[in-house]
Amino acid sequence: MSIKKEEIKKIAYLARINVSQEEVSKVEKKLVGIMALIEKMQEINTESIEPMSHALDIFQPLREDEVTEKDIRDKSLSLAPHSDQALFIVPQVIE
Amino acid sequence: MLNLSLKELSQALERKKFTSVELTQFFLDRVKKHNPLLNAFITVDENKSLAMAKKSDQLIQSGKKFILTGIPIAQKDIFCADGWKTTCGSKMLENFISPYDSTVIQKFNEIGAVNLGKTNMDEFAMGSSNETSYFGSVKNPWNLDCVPGGSSGGSAAAVAARLAPAATGTDTGGSIRQPASLCGFTGLKPTYGLISRYGMIAFASSLDQAGPMAISAEDCALMLNVMTGHDNKDSTSINRKKENYTNSLDKKIDGLKIGVPKEFFGEGLNPDVQKVIEEALRYYEKLGAEIVNISLPNNHLAIPAYYVIAPAEASSNLSRYDGVRYGYRAKEYDDLMDMYFKTRQEGFGDEVKRRILIGTYVLSAGYFDAYYLKAQKIRRLISNDFKLAYKKCDVIMGPSAPSIAFNSGEKKEDPLEMYMQDIFTISTNLAGLPAISIPVGSVRGLPVGLQLIGNHFEESKILNIAHIYQKNTDWHLHNPKGID
Repeated sequence: MSIKKEEIKKIAYLARINVSQEEVSKVEKKLVGIMALIEKMQEINTESIEPMSHALDIFQPLREDEVTEKDIRDKSLSLAPHSDQALFIVPQVIE
Repeated sequence: MLNLSLKELSQALERKKFTSVELTQFFLDRVKKHNPLLNAFITVDENKSLAMAKKSDQLIQSGKKFILTGIPIAQKDIFCADGWKTTCGSKMLENFISPYDSTVIQKFNEIGAVNLGKTNMDEFAMGSSNETSYFGSVKNPWNLDCVPGGSSGGSAAAVAARLAPAATGTDTGGSIRQPASLCGFTGLKPTYGLISRYGMIAFASSLDQAGPMAISAEDCALMLNVMTGHDNKDSTSINRKKENYTNSLDKKIDGLKIGVPKEFFGEGLNPDVQKVIEEALRYYEKLGAEIVNISLPNNHLAIPAYYVIAPAEASSNLSRYDGVRYGYRAKEYDDLMDMYFKTRQEGFGDEVKRRILIGTYVLSAGYFDAYYLKAQKIRRLISNDFKLAYKKCDVIMGPSAPSIAFNSGEKKEDPLEMYMQDIFTISTNLAGLPAISIPVGSVRGLPVGLQLIGNHFEESKILNIAHIYQKNTDWHLHNPKGID
């Protein structure tokens, strides 16, 4: 299976990355090559194999939902490209 | 100070031959002199480093000294350090001052090591040549026309040119071992989960692992002693007793069974590199080891599976860069959606965008089973291959990289060729195994690294096997010419 220009536009939308009209062909060429490499996986039958999501097959531990870092509001807000008092400022979303 | 090992530096500090401030100033001066050429560091802050050194001297004065107290360590710019610019090699984080310490940084701070500066790297650790960095490529100290490897290329150049006594790196598919091979020093990727990933900027969370980059196996063991330990802040951190990795460095290796996978010596390996690797294996035989032929039959599927799993995880991890809470935001935009699109278009480089797009594709509706699930199944097969192999041998050896350092620009435009740089390293990341690269020779004046792969949690064993080689040879002590 190969990625087509239309699909690149679709995944670029899903990934929220602007890919300009001029860039699409260049991106397509590279992605088609990478997908061909990935397709080699289909050579092998993996029907009865258990998928592996963790290198040591360890499950996620659970803990109590507690506050561990306190009073970091100002420090965190100071990193924002645009903030006002206790708020991150973004373009208006709701009319 | 220049060529002393970490142990020797530590003893000299203890015996007051020089202070941490003097030692730190010495390396800061070297950075100042050589960094304009090598571009190994993104951030150097003399005042901060010297203030840390001053504190370390007080610790030493009061007798509260650990082995690495007072020793300057270069930190890969993927580790968040409180008050330090932490960029991950990206325009997206060009002005990001970390508000907290990663666990790795915290552990170095706790024992009074000095942060010498933040080293250059491929953007978000995606690359094998350090050419994807927003802050410019890094030069290989052995030949300035060549790449140092990647993604920990800045740390690699810094250690090789002796701009730092040691450095940290991270390894998702080979990013410690391949640059260690190309720059001629020792680099260790530990078992997945041995070192906390908290505050280490995420690329592919099921594969990312921090590790030491230093001259020798002994130095790596000392670094590892600081870096390891269970951490509640990382849910994948392994809860096991902390080891002292220097304890068994000198253990005899008589009768050691070295598994040599035939798949590591086929197509893709440069014949001159192969000769050097075979010579190193013969040397191990002289030291009392025995060579056993083994097979890792699914190794050829490691790169295809990796280029599903790593981009998939990256596409999820990097969704946080939206221009809202921190990092870069596009200057002009029409609305919120447009702000996201332009911020990510302008903030990420080409390779990062490619991987996000691939990751988004393989995770998108209708494709999950064909790609992500399939890759996870192949990951199991690769892991099983290693399990079988370890029934026949104690350690697996082969090349760390398929070639010596290549010319800058040579593979930059061809991602597929670049991805092949990790052909011998990626399978161990998928299986979560520890592996070390040690210099064992050279081809046309450029270093070649031998890779030693251990079973899970066998860092002590592979460090021991590496150390015995280094006790009997001096490849790890060779320095590049022209960096005085």
